[in-house]
Amino acid sequence: MHPWVGAGPDDRRHILSELGLQSIDELFATIPAEVCVDRLDLPDARDEESVRRTMAQMAISNLSMDCAPSFLGAGVYRHVQPAVVDAVLSRAEFFTSYTPYQPEISQGTLQVIFEFQTLISHLTGLPVANASLYDGATALVEAVLFAHRVLRGKRDLVVVAETVHPMYRRVLDTYTEAAGIEVVLVPPGNDGRLDPDRVRKAAGDTACCVAIQSPNFLGIVEDLPVLAEAAHEGAALAVQVVTEAVSLGLLAGGGAFGFDAVCGEAQSFGVAPGFGGPHLGIFACTEKHIRQMPGRLAGETVDEDGNRAFCLTLSTREQHIRRAKATSNICTNQGLMALAATVWLESVGGNGLRELATSCLARAQELKKRVGAIGGGWRLAYPESPIFNEFLLTGPGAGVELVERLAAKGVLAGVPSNRWGGSWPDGILVAATERNSAEDIDALVTAIKDLS
Amino acid sequence: MSVPNDLLYCRSHEWIRSDGDAIVVGITHYAQDQLGEVVFVELPEVGAGVDADEELGTLESVKAVSEFLAPVAGEVLEVNERLEDEPNLVNDDPYGSGWLVKMSGAAEGDDFLDAEGYQAFLEQENG
Repeated sequence: MHPWVGAGPDDRRHILSELGLQSIDELFATIPAEVCVDRLDLPDARDEESVRRTMAQMAISNLSMDCAPSFLGAGVYRHVQPAVVDAVLSRAEFFTSYTPYQPEISQGTLQVIFEFQTLISHLTGLPVANASLYDGATALVEAVLFAHRVLRGKRDLVVVAETVHPMYRRVLDTYTEAAGIEVVLVPPGNDGRLDPDRVRKAAGDTACCVAIQSPNFLGIVEDLPVLAEAAHEGAALAVQVVTEAVSLGLLAGGGAFGFDAVCGEAQSFGVAPGFGGPHLGIFACTEKHIRQMPGRLAGETVDEDGNRAFCLTLSTREQHIRRAKATSNICTNQGLMALAATVWLESVGGNGLRELATSCLARAQELKKRVGAIGGGWRLAYPESPIFNEFLLTGPGAGVELVERLAAKGVLAGVPSNRWGGSWPDGILVAATERNSAEDIDALVTAIKDLS
Repeated sequence: MSVPNDLLYCRSHEWIRSDGDAIVVGITHYAQDQLGEVVFVELPEVGAGVDADEELGTLESVKAVSEFLAPVAGEVLEVNERLEDEPNLVNDDPYGSGWLVKMSGAAEGDDFLDAEGYQAFLEQENG
């Protein structure tokens, strides 16, 4: 077989006979019948140019967030994108290299990782951050497995807020099911926030961790100090999930409130919203638990001449040394996206990040006030609860339907709040960032009034 | 390589000292030499029950990690808490202040070697 050319009929026969199978169907017999498609209704073969043109024409009929007022969020956010980010990112030294296997000769890469870790450590309020993970969902999984290891594998219960992003929880279920870990959900109260007493009861003294998201899936800021205390009462670790990393420009990370780990998504830092990613997972923890932390760690050291240098640190947790007993199967990291986040944060700066976050909050507050006053069946689901840049708005109809009707008026109003289920009201999660102009906000308010 | 006469040895390079109804376990001079500078020792919890040959903990050096095993079945009675801050004791004084775990049980039977036997085993291993 040629390495770059697909398998032909002879190759397939050969592979099947090696496997002791009769047919391709037999090979894929484990795939449930209900997810298999008999045949796709496709037109006859066409040439490349004509297919490209058809696809381009179809793409035009999308309402893109680049050319419409957009309030999409729910875990993916659009922020300023300084040109320097892509300029640095596309340098071949960074763009084409994979994880450093002979790390000490890749001083540039290690320095980026070290700076990234330092930035994430500052923002989360925890002393150690790793070189990144795939995305927010797998970062949550790693945090849960981390807590399970810290408690020496003796506590198979995990308490998770229902207001942790539903897609993250799905990924978590995939892992915990296989690991024999039980997940118990705590729904939000009538104000969209977690009730610490319910968390305390759910965790008892048998949970290895309590995972909460703040700002939560409904956009609401949780009472972190009280929740950390609730987790710690039964000796569980407290884990904060963050999906909108820009919030850390204004809200202190969980480390400041006693959280043992902060994990989540840093797509907001210089990674443009894209269908399917790439995303950027972050993970930070206390020094006490550093040996249970997954992923790579870059450290600062000196070379034999006493010059500042960087190295990989605590590699003994990783699979190239510890094999099956490694802290996780993450050996690489989302290096290029971590670079994007590092360049983005360093060009925005500390004060810049605060200003940016303040601007998100101000726009969301203005929008919340204006749409909250429209009436005619439109209501804020949690008018009194503190938010960062997102809130839940209900209207005359199901969320999916409202989003469609507003899109028909040329506005991307947000994400249906029950798209992945949930015990909260069915409406629209509306997110605002510094990229939303006054005209965008007017356009959404006008479109909503037109529907009423 | 130092191999004291008053101890018993395992083929996995732990040493055993009888102490009343209990045994004290550490790793041999040879083992610490092979491992290199120990930077972290992971010890079991006091009160934990272990089977013979089950992992008691891990020793981490700069570029390797290895497990140390329970020579017999029993309960962990005491762990060397000094190792938390001074893991280098395992290198500096493997048969003394670098001890690892005290556990219930007695080392009996053919599974264990005396000093002479361990010495011969090392020579054979390094052929």
